[in-house]
Amino acid sequence: MVADVLGAPVKRVEDPRFITGKGRYLDDIKLPGMVHISILRSPYAHANIRSIDTTAAAAAPGVIAVITGADIPYNALPMAWPAGGSSGIQNNVNTPNILARDAVKWTGEGVAAVVAETPAQAQDALELIAVDWEPLAAVVDAEKATQPGAPQLHENAPNNVVFEWHVGDKAGTDAAFENAEVVLHQRLVNNRLVPNPMEVRGDIGLYNPGTDEYTIWMSSQTPHIQRLLLTAFVTGIPEHKVRVISPDVGGAFGSKIFCYADMALVMFASKLVGGRPVKWVEGRRESFGSTIHGRDHITYVDIAANRRGEVQGLRVKTFANLGGRLSTIGPGIPTTLYARILSGPYKLPNVYAEVTGVYTNTTFVDAYRGAGRPEATYVIERSMDLVADELGIDPAEVRRRNFLPPDSFPYDNPSGLLTAVNGSKLYIDSGNYEPAMDKALAIAGYGDLAATKAEARTRGKLLGLGLSTYIEVCGVAPSKWIGAVGEGWGAAMWESSNIRVHLTGKVVVTMGTQSHGQGHETTYAQIISHELGIPMEDIVVQHSDTQGTPFGYGSYGSRTSNVGTGAALKAAAKIRDKARRYAAHMLEANPEDIEVDGAQYRVKGSPDKVKTIQEIAFALDLAFDTPEGMEPYLDETAYHDTPNCTFPFGTHIALVEVDEETGHVDLVRYVAVDDVGKKINPMIVDGQLHGGIAQGVGQALWENAVYGDDGQLLSGSLLDYALPRASWLPAFELDETVTPSPVNPLGVKGVGEAGCIASTAAVANAVIDALSPLGIRHLDMPYTAQKVWGAIQGAKGGRA
Amino acid sequence: MAELHVALEVNGVPREVDVEPRRLLVELLREDLNLTGTHVGCDTSQCGACTVHVDGRAVKSCTMLAAQAEGTSVTTIEGLSDGVNLHPLQQGFWEKHGLQCGFCTPGMIMAAADLLRRNGDPTDTEIRHAIEGNICRCTGYHNIVLAVREAARIMRDGAVPAATA
Repeated sequence: MVADVLGAPVKRVEDPRFITGKGRYLDDIKLPGMVHISILRSPYAHANIRSIDTTAAAAAPGVIAVITGADIPYNALPMAWPAGGSSGIQNNVNTPNILARDAVKWTGEGVAAVVAETPAQAQDALELIAVDWEPLAAVVDAEKATQPGAPQLHENAPNNVVFEWHVGDKAGTDAAFENAEVVLHQRLVNNRLVPNPMEVRGDIGLYNPGTDEYTIWMSSQTPHIQRLLLTAFVTGIPEHKVRVISPDVGGAFGSKIFCYADMALVMFASKLVGGRPVKWVEGRRESFGSTIHGRDHITYVDIAANRRGEVQGLRVKTFANLGGRLSTIGPGIPTTLYARILSGPYKLPNVYAEVTGVYTNTTFVDAYRGAGRPEATYVIERSMDLVADELGIDPAEVRRRNFLPPDSFPYDNPSGLLTAVNGSKLYIDSGNYEPAMDKALAIAGYGDLAATKAEARTRGKLLGLGLSTYIEVCGVAPSKWIGAVGEGWGAAMWESSNIRVHLTGKVVVTMGTQSHGQGHETTYAQIISHELGIPMEDIVVQHSDTQGTPFGYGSYGSRTSNVGTGAALKAAAKIRDKARRYAAHMLEANPEDIEVDGAQYRVKGSPDKVKTIQEIAFALDLAFDTPEGMEPYLDETAYHDTPNCTFPFGTHIALVEVDEETGHVDLVRYVAVDDVGKKINPMIVDGQLHGGIAQGVGQALWENAVYGDDGQLLSGSLLDYALPRASWLPAFELDETVTPSPVNPLGVKGVGEAGCIASTAAVANAVIDALSPLGIRHLDMPYTAQKVWGAIQGAKGGRA
Repeated sequence: MAELHVALEVNGVPREVDVEPRRLLVELLREDLNLTGTHVGCDTSQCGACTVHVDGRAVKSCTMLAAQAEGTSVTTIEGLSDGVNLHPLQQGFWEKHGLQCGFCTPGMIMAAADLLRRNGDPTDTEIRHAIEGNICRCTGYHNIVLAVREAARIMRDGAVPAATA
């Protein structure tokens, strides 16, 4: 018997190539005759283009072609997720052209491009392009951009408003506030982040003049979607004439979901230069203006509670900065993925939220790990602490009093947060929040907190503990919901899987999802091995190439382990069913009498009458002898649409020490108890949590995309934008509760974003808790030493 | 631009390359010698993805001109193992899930190898400081610390860990 690997911490099958330097990322690909393209990017945040003179650049050494926006006959990029979808909400849409034509809206927008024999020659020639600019006044703050007198970015977007969208029960929420015993108000800034996967983005375009076909290699999370968008919306080239390949992808975190101008540019350029392959790889500094940013909300939250700390109403007004033009699903993030989960794990009877999407002269904003859910968790978790502080109730106790009880599920939010305009609903599928919190509190030594704080104080440190009790929404999403009126993602969201058991018993699994560090080649193989009784080493998992894999929507939103797994399970079930029918034929029995035990298909009551799946595959794939109506080959494809999202949850606790003299914040302990349901590979689950936690901590303590008022990105390189480093972080203390999801056949939920969703609020609450003895009740992130020192000085009446 | 002639040893093999004076060592390795295991993750010497060994010491190969490598001995991730068995750090990273997307991994392993050359039994704090010039965006560093510790153990004990799979 093959050992069951499902749920085991199996070492990853991807790793041998990565640890020996044999991975193959985009920039590692070299094709015969390959040339290089560089993009001239706007130095101004807001300017009109009077003219572009490319004469000198065209004559520079090694230059093959110079391209401006006027040369490219393609459409502007598509925007696939308007706020409110088709429900009638006005969305004032402006998306980037492949290269800007008349004006630029942020520093970094592409203006012209040079194709040359070497990357250095292309870069050199960029400096010879003369653009006659008419600089314009810029605005970078989403709230200020909506005010009278602000610089206007687009004629079709008065006051720079992309959309005004709302969700929830306004009348009920207003009534809750009228009757409330306690009302609190707070302004919260959710700082702008730059995703910064360690591999930047890049593309290679290859036009074949013989077949009139294109191949594009791209560092992307969504090869199938990019082929669809580039053909159906941007270039007009037929979908069947384009193949998209994502090679090994060096991290993404959402930033590689989207349709970018450079993808179409390399297609155009390769045809222009007669079919030579054209490579573009963004530099790191370039990526700060050419790849999306995340977060950037300004939020006003009103909280209505009773004196027991039970929250009765939440009223939220958010300005969401979407940048100078819209990215692929920019408006969907601060609406569907944010406001619809503002109530978190709590039984809040009345919630109402208004979101205004805003244009500013900044890089476009779209989904970054967590995408809306970290912002929502930050709002509700800061709110819980504000209630606790106001009423003098323990923050854990406040959460306990507001938790949905375990018999609430499936839970339909009374404010209709999860209900689309046409009535299609999501339900919170499962949950049991108190045990996870109790476990985390015990690990963190919550009962001894006063003594721990007192000890720290003797060392000149202010110790703070912060809680974040979160829910995550995984596995976007049921097609009927995500495609419903009111949600408006213009596509379905099912997933696909094909399994072929070849003559030799070796298995090729192709998936519509795409791995960019999560280890899908391992986890899917574990599942298929479990389902079919075939050893993992006989199974290979392929993805990321539109040629040879079934159409799928790709990997993001922690959807693979719910939706992708569902497809793989279904395909395996079809394989088992056909194998059973063929085994019956081979063994001269009825299919109903065939028992399946791993790889063994045997006749009930006759244990010696048995065929293995390998024997069945061999005979069926040869098909010398098949029963009437049965097609040859053990080859099955399945499509799976999830009936609901899954909702992992948990409690994260951060302990920080603030140096009272310098304002330096040190994260000294981090405890996380997560409930992600059943685990396919617990080692990989822990790794996902570690990475997510670090990114969320980064937002709270260090990371910040800062723009000057003129629209220049001041933190525009890794010299200025502080990514978390090893010596700044502690070891993470992980534990779990296990509440299987009824949505997924294996009970798995998903884990890609949970760490990042929970940790920012935990650290923020910890820092504020540390500073609370000084009378500080809120401070905006990130908690740099300078900012915290200033707050301490201000609180002490000193010079800030 | 007149090209410069650079002679050096890479992974034990003598190599001679003509390069533009501005060519970086990392470009020589990746473009001229096709050793693409050494990665480029930034343009300001922050990320450490390009870390290699020059005469046995960890160096960010994006901060060094190719011409400066004249006469040196360079080791990249491709030359770390003996060609038969994985290096203890490669074993440790695989065993302890010290990588996810794998992009920072070659540089991280080369930086850690320099640490273990200097300190055969580092504490977690020493490991975290030693790799602070190498950015990983996936792992939160937790398992990288365990991986380096495991590699140090293997190097001390000379024992190959039992596979978990």
